Amino acid sequence: MSELVQAELISKELLLTYYKKVLELRLFELKVQELYRNGRLPGFVHLYVGEEAVAVGVCSHLGIEDLVFSTHRGHGHALAKGVPARIVLAELWGKATGSSGGRGGSMHLYAPEYGFMGTNGIVGAPIPLATGAALSAKLKKKSHVVVCFFGDGAVNSGSFHEAVNLGAVWNLPVVYVCENNLYATEMAFRRATKNTSVASRAAAYGMLGVEVDGQDVVAVHETAQAAIQRARQDGGPTLIECKTYRYVGHHEGDPGTDYRTREEVQQWKQRDAVKLARKRLLDAGVTEVELQAADQEVERLIDEAVEFAEKSPEPAADTVNEHVF
Amino acid sequence: MSEQCRVITYGDAGVEALREEMRRDDSIVYIGQGIGPRGGNFRQTRGLWKEFGDDRLRDTGICELGATGAAIGAAMAGTRTVVDEVFLDFALEAITQIVQQAANISYMSNGKIKAPVVIRGAMGSVRSAGAHHSHTFYNWFANTPGLKVVLPATPYDLKGLFKTALRDPGPVAVIEHKSLYNTKGVVPEEEYLIPFGEARTIREGKDLTIVAMSRMVDLATKAAARLAEEGVSAEVIDPRTIVPLDRHKITDSIKKTGRLVVIDESPSYCSFAGELIAIAAEDCFDELQVPPKRICSLGVPNPFSPVLENQMIPTVDRIVSEVHQVMKQSRRKH
Repeated sequence: MSELVQAELISKELLLTYYKKVLELRLFELKVQELYRNGRLPGFVHLYVGEEAVAVGVCSHLGIEDLVFSTHRGHGHALAKGVPARIVLAELWGKATGSSGGRGGSMHLYAPEYGFMGTNGIVGAPIPLATGAALSAKLKKKSHVVVCFFGDGAVNSGSFHEAVNLGAVWNLPVVYVCENNLYATEMAFRRATKNTSVASRAAAYGMLGVEVDGQDVVAVHETAQAAIQRARQDGGPTLIECKTYRYVGHHEGDPGTDYRTREEVQQWKQRDAVKLARKRLLDAGVTEVELQAADQEVERLIDEAVEFAEKSPEPAADTVNEHVF
Repeated sequence: MSEQCRVITYGDAGVEALREEMRRDDSIVYIGQGIGPRGGNFRQTRGLWKEFGDDRLRDTGICELGATGAAIGAAMAGTRTVVDEVFLDFALEAITQIVQQAANISYMSNGKIKAPVVIRGAMGSVRSAGAHHSHTFYNWFANTPGLKVVLPATPYDLKGLFKTALRDPGPVAVIEHKSLYNTKGVVPEEEYLIPFGEARTIREGKDLTIVAMSRMVDLATKAAARLAEEGVSAEVIDPRTIVPLDRHKITDSIKKTGRLVVIDESPSYCSFAGELIAIAAEDCFDELQVPPKRICSLGVPNPFSPVLENQMIPTVDRIVSEVHQVMKQSRRKH
């Protein structure tokens, strides 16, 4: 039996829920990749393949009124926050039934009805926004928290510095989650900055910084739990650095092999989030048959999302002027 | 003096608007530099911190990008905010948040998320402030779908428009003029709001239409008074908000007078003045008697020298002289 399950840090049921969510994020992105490569989806997409444990481990602690701000690589954050796959996919398809009625697309997915405050086309920009949303939460005194996801590419921007500083000095209920996947587009983090520990930067702002294995949903779950509880209890923000990796290129179309080696990619795949979660379940006594049933359940969900999005209508052309103000 | 004709400064009119709205709506939070105990670099928040405290008058360090983004994020989450850039020039530090996030959010979210944030800043040339503290780029804002743009020229307009901005669902840029803060005007004691998109006819006339915004309204009005003495009857119109724009009041006037002169403190190239002339060409082509005229700042960075600065921005003399040139042109033959 898994040590964590034994110690009742996490129930078998919860672990299974996590596994299914991680798998949902993975299969969703692989389906998007397939549709995109077949020319079915307009625009461009940045896939979250490899980083799923971060979104799932963090968002598992959030209620619908807690808010999430995300990035250009944000389909997984939306799904983990509870936005249905079908309306995310419909938005990627530019359909009227999408989360923004086709006005947003991959990098502008908004579903406030699920507490999802958007993916974002501008690296770093969500950090000030999330900080402000946390100010709003603090003033409303309802113990809601805000989570802001961003990549290592954002932490050398002025947005990061200015916003994290404000979050700390105002002691806001916000958790800053850096998904350090080692590359900002093609730029290796070690070439972009002298101090490659994102977590260590927290000290510069007088706040807590922690590092966690971003491939392991249970490890992320534990670290995020502590940070989110602290934020809820007016204990201020935390900077969490999740060490993770994207298996795919920066965007669909980038092979992702010009600036990193195939060996490096393969090495990270050894510690794959889906595999790790699956192994934990097997160790905890879940059977292969049970796991196959879980797999099929997730596959059905993705198939239904594709069917829904594909059959959905396009937005009416004469609505183009709506919702500007 | 009766209450009906109480006279206060432009700066105090802004403070009154804020005080009334912050009392009415306790969700309003004001963010900026030096806006707390100090009361604002231009005294534009004088006395408010004492009444509303640190929670609602939030002083920040020098971080326009972070503070503006935070004001927008708070607004997206349901807290109405004002972010004070102090000098409009400093909004450039935060322009990505204003243009990419605040202005786009309603559309990108299919109307599900609104950002009720007022972006406040003081613009314009004043006493050799130099190139870094004198910009007037309201035309950039006006070219950004999703942003409303307010340019109050008087204490009365500032108070009424600011109050409307503080009840608007979307981002509004309230752009004051630095050299207007100490100017005085009649502001009633009783509450009033001025709707966006309603131009004000300051002076009626029959020979030509002068459109001016912000500080240029004062210059246009003074020029019109002199022109009247010199036999030219000028109608002066202040749009007050350039997004939304009261297109009809302006075009009706142009159709009546057949001549248009626009006074704009921005450089003429790609200016709001250019937009008004395009509107005149589209809507009043048949009625225009002579080609419309822009009187704008010269296309140079703001000079420091008072002599050079005075040369750069429109003056009453220049307006009067150029209007006479317009009046000398022979009418079009139809």
